[in-house]
Amino acid sequence: MSALVSQSERPPPPAPAGTGARKLTERAFRIRESGIIVVLVVFVAVTASVQPRFLNITNIQFILVNTTVFALLALGETMVVISRNYDLSVGSVLGLSAYLSASLFGGHPGFPIPLAFLAGLGIGLGCGMLNGIMVAAGRVPSLVVTLATLYIFRGIDILIVGGKEVVANSLPSAFLDIPKATVLGIPVIAIVIAVVIGIGAYYLRSFRSGRELYAIGSNPDAARLAGIPIGRRVFVAFTASGAIAGVAGVLWAAQYGTIDSTAGTGYELQVISAVVVGGVAIFGGSGSAVGAALGALLLNTISSALYVLGISPFWNQAIFGFLLLLAITLDRFISVRLTAALRVRGARHE
Amino acid sequence: MSDRIRAWIGPLLRWETGLALVVVIIGIVGASVSSQFFTSNNIFNLGLSYGEIAIMTLPMTLIVISGEIDLSVASILGMSSALLGYLWARHWPMLGIFLLVAVVGLAAGAINGLLVTRLGLPSLAVTIGTLAVYRGIATILLGPNTVANFPVTYTNLGVNAFPFTGNDLTYSAAIFIVLAIIFGIVLHATPFGRSVYAMGASVEAAQFAGIRVKRNKTILFMTSGLVCALAGVLLTFRLNTAVQNNGLGLELAVVAIVLLGGVSIFGGKGTVIGVVLGVLAFAGIQNALFLTDFNQEAAGIVTGALLLLSVFGRNVASFSSRLREWRPARPGRGGGLRASPGQGSGNPAGITPP
Repeated sequence: MSALVSQSERPPPPAPAGTGARKLTERAFRIRESGIIVVLVVFVAVTASVQPRFLNITNIQFILVNTTVFALLALGETMVVISRNYDLSVGSVLGLSAYLSASLFGGHPGFPIPLAFLAGLGIGLGCGMLNGIMVAAGRVPSLVVTLATLYIFRGIDILIVGGKEVVANSLPSAFLDIPKATVLGIPVIAIVIAVVIGIGAYYLRSFRSGRELYAIGSNPDAARLAGIPIGRRVFVAFTASGAIAGVAGVLWAAQYGTIDSTAGTGYELQVISAVVVGGVAIFGGSGSAVGAALGALLLNTISSALYVLGISPFWNQAIFGFLLLLAITLDRFISVRLTAALRVRGARHE
Repeated sequence: MSDRIRAWIGPLLRWETGLALVVVIIGIVGASVSSQFFTSNNIFNLGLSYGEIAIMTLPMTLIVISGEIDLSVASILGMSSALLGYLWARHWPMLGIFLLVAVVGLAAGAINGLLVTRLGLPSLAVTIGTLAVYRGIATILLGPNTVANFPVTYTNLGVNAFPFTGNDLTYSAAIFIVLAIIFGIVLHATPFGRSVYAMGASVEAAQFAGIRVKRNKTILFMTSGLVCALAGVLLTFRLNTAVQNNGLGLELAVVAIVLLGGVSIFGGKGTVIGVVLGVLAFAGIQNALFLTDFNQEAAGIVTGALLLLSVFGRNVASFSSRLREWRPARPGRGGGLRASPGQGSGNPAGITPP
């Protein structure tokens, strides 16, 4: 649905029409992303006017720290979904990496913290590469491959962990303090993750290989004809998603302190929800990493707001689901209008 | 000559045949590692543990063949279980509860179907959304409460054997067998069943052939809602417990079994007998591992491996058929395109992006 496809599908339009179409498409995306921000602001404003406690610094810090893991996972998932694929194994990768990296501290007293993050990264990288090879080289649908690896990685996790768990007092306090550190009241971890997401978004938006992921998701056949190495790009997307989930697992461990074999269970659908609410099309080709991160922030803000407002947390899920349905309906509406507008423009210039 | 050999070997190369072989092997291995494997007691327990999941795979089979997917099945199960408990705690007559649960199940399916067919939204995204909504409704209804004082006449459905089956079959297993026969006949021997394949193979072609695609897909989703509501009632009576997280996360197991049974995620291909074999393989593996003191929760490794085998096995088959098609050089290889749409794009076909 990006400008790239509309150009490759029709005979090359005159230059002004092309740039006009691109501008229109870009504006539509911007409207979509600012839409999330508007919803977020309205939600915060309404909640804060009812319950001023919502805007106190501790609560905001709490929301930001809680969002970091999901926003990270959403970055990896965005890369995969943009290329019209799905990674359902992120929750299992997170669980595996969380336990294995955290148990390093128990086995080796004085284990350096950066090495634990590196271990998580390595575990995630391995899992992601496995997904990527099967999807790209085996030419099998990613939904099936990652559904299978969701079970396999979780099964390996359960075999390793058994009934054991890592408890907080086996972890170094410096590790547990990672989510607590703040600069000017803003959690350091949130700043770091925001920078990482910014880099990811810039890569997807401005690098050739990043743009090619959009092209693959918009129209795989056209992308192949255009000479894009689809297999390699998709492989990299899955590898990145796995590696990111691995790092997110270590962060998860630092945040919760207690890790058993259920860590991250069911995260896959939550992450995909955040990505879709954030404006990434479920059939690929459009959306941004920033939008996906905002989607994760919105969902976390809502659950926190419900808590502060004294609304039973049991309403959480119904509201999430409703929001997701609203988001995809809105996307459908925008894309129908956009296609119609582009057609009118194209006709005018012929 | 080679044609004759192919006529013999062709049917043997089907995924279902391989799966039947796997089921037999699981049976042999299971019997050899544990003398309890084929006891009537164990078979009864298998029915108890997997009856509801098995029931939910049947409507899912039809939906996936039609080119869609329904991830909200476990949430509809949870919602009907919660509704049953909620109304029972408020002293409704059981018959009225059953009626309302059935209506709510149908309505839940209808909402899925209408969002997918009338608004043209992708079923994957719609049913992730309704997965949360229906589970949310279950949570709102019961909150942290548990309803457990169901009358014994009903909870006996969960622990007693189905009449006339000796002591082997639970009610859920018997219902699964009956439903499997009905779904098998509908899918393989009625115009509606053929339309399910046609929609999965190509929505446009189905439309031009005069198939009412939107109506038929809505019917499929409504059937799924109704059947999952039934599974919810059965699960509630078996556990004698209505709680908001009943059946949480079962949707992926249901999808895994259906794919294991040889149904193509892109739609248009699959059989009910394959899915029944998939259920047997899934339950058999978990049970055999359980009897050998293997950590049962880790049995997902084997399920996942089988799932991978099912797609890679299919790919080998489609690769050989692609080779066969190449010999008499045909210009339009429509089937070849669907066998590898894009490069491993996980797009449940039929739902074309806007």
